[in-house]
Amino acid sequence: MILKSIALSIVISMMFISPLKVTASEQASGEGESFNPGTLIMHHIQDDYIWHFWDGHYGTLYLPVILYSDDRGLEVFSSSNFYNEDHELVPYNGYEIDHGKIHRVDSEVKVWDFSITKNVAFLFLTMAVMLIVFISVARGYKKRPGKSPKGIQSLFEPIIIFIRDEIVKKGIGEKKYEKYLPYMLTLFFFIWFGNLLGLLPGAANLTGNIAVTMTLAVGTFLLTNFSGNKHYWNHIFNTPGVPYPIRYTVIIVVEFLGIFTKPISLMIRLFVAITAGHIVILSIIGLTFIFQSAAVGIGATILTIFINLIELLVATIQAYVFTLFSSMYIGMAVEEHDDH
Amino acid sequence: MLLQILAENLGLLGAALGAGLVAVGAGVGIGKIGSSAMEAMARQPEAAGRVQTAMLIIAALIEVVSLFGVVVCFIIATA
Repeated sequence: MILKSIALSIVISMMFISPLKVTASEQASGEGESFNPGTLIMHHIQDDYIWHFWDGHYGTLYLPVILYSDDRGLEVFSSSNFYNEDHELVPYNGYEIDHGKIHRVDSEVKVWDFSITKNVAFLFLTMAVMLIVFISVARGYKKRPGKSPKGIQSLFEPIIIFIRDEIVKKGIGEKKYEKYLPYMLTLFFFIWFGNLLGLLPGAANLTGNIAVTMTLAVGTFLLTNFSGNKHYWNHIFNTPGVPYPIRYTVIIVVEFLGIFTKPISLMIRLFVAITAGHIVILSIIGLTFIFQSAAVGIGATILTIFINLIELLVATIQAYVFTLFSSMYIGMAVEEHDDH
Repeated sequence: MLLQILAENLGLLGAALGAGLVAVGAGVGIGKIGSSAMEAMARQPEAAGRVQTAMLIIAALIEVVSLFGVVVCFIIATA
């Protein structure tokens, strides 16, 4: 029984890893150039105008490009226009893709890019999965109020209770936590779902995109500073218990910078943890194609399975840490304290 | 000749050295957490579960610091 489940989990992990390997081998042999792991990895962790699953006729999803520029107005077209039959980049309609960004070919007019890129499409997918899961969970509570959970509800109830009791209640405090609970639950589940779905083969690097993590961090930043009470601001601009000369020269600068460094650390922590996880996995797979040997391939596969399992842990811990620190920052801002 | 090769690949050398140093730092950090967690568990076996959870979380935080290094070294190496 145990052996069977181990074998099954290895097979499943293999399924998860194999598409990456196929891409790597095609990159290595198909174009006749020497294999460059750097470009392969960059291609996997960066955003793109197409969603590439496998080579061949139906392997690529061409996503819509939406552009706005002052003189030409709004333009919407498919990103397949930027590729010729050999899958090389070509200019189209006065636009060209250069270093992953769309520019005007012969003028300096600023182009506003609202395209549905790979990450945006993946964001919609994550959103859809979350809506399906949590609407059904919420419906369960509505249908059977006060009764024991059923189906998918029983999977999520312990997690929701854990976040409420162990993270939000402890971070923000018994009195005021309820107002912030919906935001914290959304934050946790969005990061968690994004991390886990991002580990699937062919998936985009959603939570490893610094713009996405910045949006989340800005949410926490605004919530912290708009809910900050008198004591919070007093602590920043008039820190009690510090001699006056130091208070108005050193401490005020440090505390003021602290307002911004806290969300920035949230942003960078999540971005780096997820991106580096992808880099490490792809680098180890890349070793096989650098050494071109089967023995290294077997070793790399085993190591990749191991790292993939660690990534499952990291995905959860990063969601936990982001929520924990967000609620601690908000807790600091709303805390009612006596003079110390 | 040797100097020329060195000068051209100095960035790569820096990235490789950086990756090594990051591994040293993360090793020291995780080692210290591990040693004190083991000690705490041996002193108070009934608190082993809580110690382990806290240990994992702090280890993840240190791991992220070492991953900062990985990302920076990767960017240097591919730039």
